[in-house]
Amino acid sequence: MSLDTSKIADTNSGTAATAKKPGKAGAVAGWADDRLGLATLMRKNLRKVFPDHWSFMLGEIALWSFVILLLTGTFLTLWFTPSMSESVYEGSYSQLRGVPMSDAYASTLHISFDVRGGLLMRQMHHWSANLFIAAMFVHMMRTFLTGAFRKPRELNWVIGATLLLLGILEGFAGYSLPDDLLSGTGLRIADGLIKATPVVGSYMSFFLFGGEFPGDVLIPRLYILHVLLIPGLLLALIGAHMLLLVFHKHTQWPGPGRTEQNVVGYPMLPVYAAKAGGFFFMVFGVTALMGALLSINPVWKYGPYDPSQVTAGSQPDWYMGIAEGLLRIMPNWETHIWGHTISWNVMIPGQIAPFLLFGMVIGWPFLEQWVTGDRREHHLLQRPRNAPTRTAFMAAMVTEYGLLWAAGGNDILATHFHWSLNSITYFMRTAIFVVPPIVFYVTRRWCIGLQRADNNRVLHGYETGIIMRSPDGGYSERHLPIGEASAYTLTARQRDEIHEVDSDVDENGVVAPGTRAERIRAKLSKGMFADNVQKPTAEELEEARHHAEHTHELESGLDHPASGHEFDDHALRDADDVPLRQH
Amino acid sequence: MRLLNRPLGRLSRYRRGPLAGLLVVLLGLLLTGGLYAAFSPASASEDNSAAQIKQGHQLFLVGCSFCHGNNGQGVKTLDGNQLGPALVGVGAAAVDFQVGTGRMPAVKPGPQVPQKEQAYTPDEIAALAAYVASLGPGPAIPTASDYSIDHMTDEQRQEAIVRGGAIFRTNCSACHNFEGSGGAMPNGGFAPKIRGVEPKYIFEAMLTGPQAMDNFSNGNLSVEEKQDIIAYLQSLQDNPDYGGFGLGGIGPVSEGVFAWLLGIGSLVGVATWIAAHTARSSKQKAES
Repeated sequence: MSLDTSKIADTNSGTAATAKKPGKAGAVAGWADDRLGLATLMRKNLRKVFPDHWSFMLGEIALWSFVILLLTGTFLTLWFTPSMSESVYEGSYSQLRGVPMSDAYASTLHISFDVRGGLLMRQMHHWSANLFIAAMFVHMMRTFLTGAFRKPRELNWVIGATLLLLGILEGFAGYSLPDDLLSGTGLRIADGLIKATPVVGSYMSFFLFGGEFPGDVLIPRLYILHVLLIPGLLLALIGAHMLLLVFHKHTQWPGPGRTEQNVVGYPMLPVYAAKAGGFFFMVFGVTALMGALLSINPVWKYGPYDPSQVTAGSQPDWYMGIAEGLLRIMPNWETHIWGHTISWNVMIPGQIAPFLLFGMVIGWPFLEQWVTGDRREHHLLQRPRNAPTRTAFMAAMVTEYGLLWAAGGNDILATHFHWSLNSITYFMRTAIFVVPPIVFYVTRRWCIGLQRADNNRVLHGYETGIIMRSPDGGYSERHLPIGEASAYTLTARQRDEIHEVDSDVDENGVVAPGTRAERIRAKLSKGMFADNVQKPTAEELEEARHHAEHTHELESGLDHPASGHEFDDHALRDADDVPLRQH
Repeated sequence: MRLLNRPLGRLSRYRRGPLAGLLVVLLGLLLTGGLYAAFSPASASEDNSAAQIKQGHQLFLVGCSFCHGNNGQGVKTLDGNQLGPALVGVGAAAVDFQVGTGRMPAVKPGPQVPQKEQAYTPDEIAALAAYVASLGPGPAIPTASDYSIDHMTDEQRQEAIVRGGAIFRTNCSACHNFEGSGGAMPNGGFAPKIRGVEPKYIFEAMLTGPQAMDNFSNGNLSVEEKQDIIAYLQSLQDNPDYGGFGLGGIGPVSEGVFAWLLGIGSLVGVATWIAAHTARSSKQKAES
């Protein structure tokens, strides 16, 4: 690659350069800069470089969905009445005309049927809420699988996790606001979860609902949470999340020219501003299409909430699905002591298990840091295969999530696949304990196999697909060396170090403090890293190169894929049909 | 008093006559029969001529008796389970529903007998119904005046839809789902989809409570209330999907599937597309 030097001045003779009179835009910018002093800030940040990769844009889906949520949500607040006082519906949806219902539900019907564009806005709001949380999940998985959570980004990992939890809470509050049959059923479950807290459960429930469920204060309370408190927190945390992103600089994939000290990519202006801005419009477009074409949460069909009613197919939105699944497969365990009931059947699936699963994923980076003892900064990403245990852990967690998800939709599975509801329950009770470990084992071995394949590529080259027959009749496949850049990329990773306990006792022969923790650490370290395949050493590379020198020679100067005749005596013959051997 | 007494007095002269006892018995029988006919639940008395019952019995012996017994008394398996329930008192309506929707004759025993093609002609179904009705009194096949909602004016129909919606959400949606899309029941059973079912069969299902379904007799849900439900189900069918493609009408599960597969799927595709198109600083092709 050569630099284009035609535009660089090559002489210092001639007249001195003078600034031209600024144009109109320049004058405005100058005026603003004199008062706001933004130029210094902008000069640096407009040229901020971001690396290019599709997986770096997953978080952006969440960001843009949040913007769409703010826009459509503001529209909805203009007509929504957060009140549980009862009135008789007289709007245009004839099937419910004359039915008594809460103002919240009536105003939701009003938005859906009597406000121009109201239904579109409602559906876009709901779809983008589903996409917002889904995008956060995908973004989180990307961060996890590539090791982007390592120092200095641990705090941002925690902020992201908080954002995810807040997003789910925000979604649930929004799901509950229209006061239709489905949202009321969801709130009833939430009420049950709260009441399952030992000792204080009923007090907490009465405090939240202002008395017995459903009461008449909950919707206004949820409304303030949904439109003010949680969005405010989300906004602040998203700001912090992105400031830290700018401060840390974005991580990048290893490759020639990419180090822990630099970022290779394109500047914010104009390239990334255009890409990100364009992406916003694409996200908006997809959300608008979904909102316009696909029905979501048809509240008019569910009817107003009535605690005596329930409908088949009552489900939460997808992100609450695993809590639903846990509840549905939980055996009916209860303990009665001194006239007090401890509802394990609700407490475990509702209050303990989801947070345990979430905590395991959030805590993994810290566990890994403790085991490796790695306090270095990392800006180069790891390929998932190069952290087999971590990748396998995530695969197991995704499997667990998927199983619980399916358990949450067990009635839909039963009707659509003609399975027995009871069999699904019994299957899931076992599967959530058995399947994830199997997935863990398979993924780990799979990753290690891929590592081995990488090493083979580095040492012995790539498979050309050319089958050669040797004079004695044996067949073998030709391998050709891979390029320098690919070889560099494949080997641009650090070797795993296995932690070992030096000595159980200190210099006085006394058991050293913290030995037990150190032993656990050593054991975990061995379990996590001992089976990994390490990249080839310099000697191994040298030996392999020496081994392949002859092939190298034949291949050098080739600017097209080898045809196979480079390796035989084809070129020495003057005709194609000369037989190889005379019989 | 004399005026009143006179005719009776004259009549009473025959009270000890040879035919008097016979006449009184006859009158008493007529009165009892008439009163019974007037006040008893509508029974399948219209078409159950002896010939039809006989035809029905022949059909029954061939197609139904294996599970329901030669006389409709029901059959128990060796381990005490019910192979086919007794049909005494289920009425003609139950037969018309089960056979008319193709559920009976069943192909095999199982948690639930599914709907399939009708196996009998309407005449044969009527004969089977007449035979089963002759086993014991039960609900008769409803007439069009019972289940039809065509007689309603637009205004009446509108009111019926609103009432029917309320009754539906209270009594039906727990199993059949808010749109009548159906739902799961324990041990492989299911509440079938009831959108687009003929009004007669909806009425009969409520009247007779087939399989796992509860029985909503006319004393429980009146004929008018049943018509309200039929009107509501019809309105679900007639109304357009206001929100766009309905995703099967099964609630948030399919919404989640679409959010992930279509939404996140296409947006990841877009991200890949954007990331694959790197910027060029000039219009000239980069030289390598």
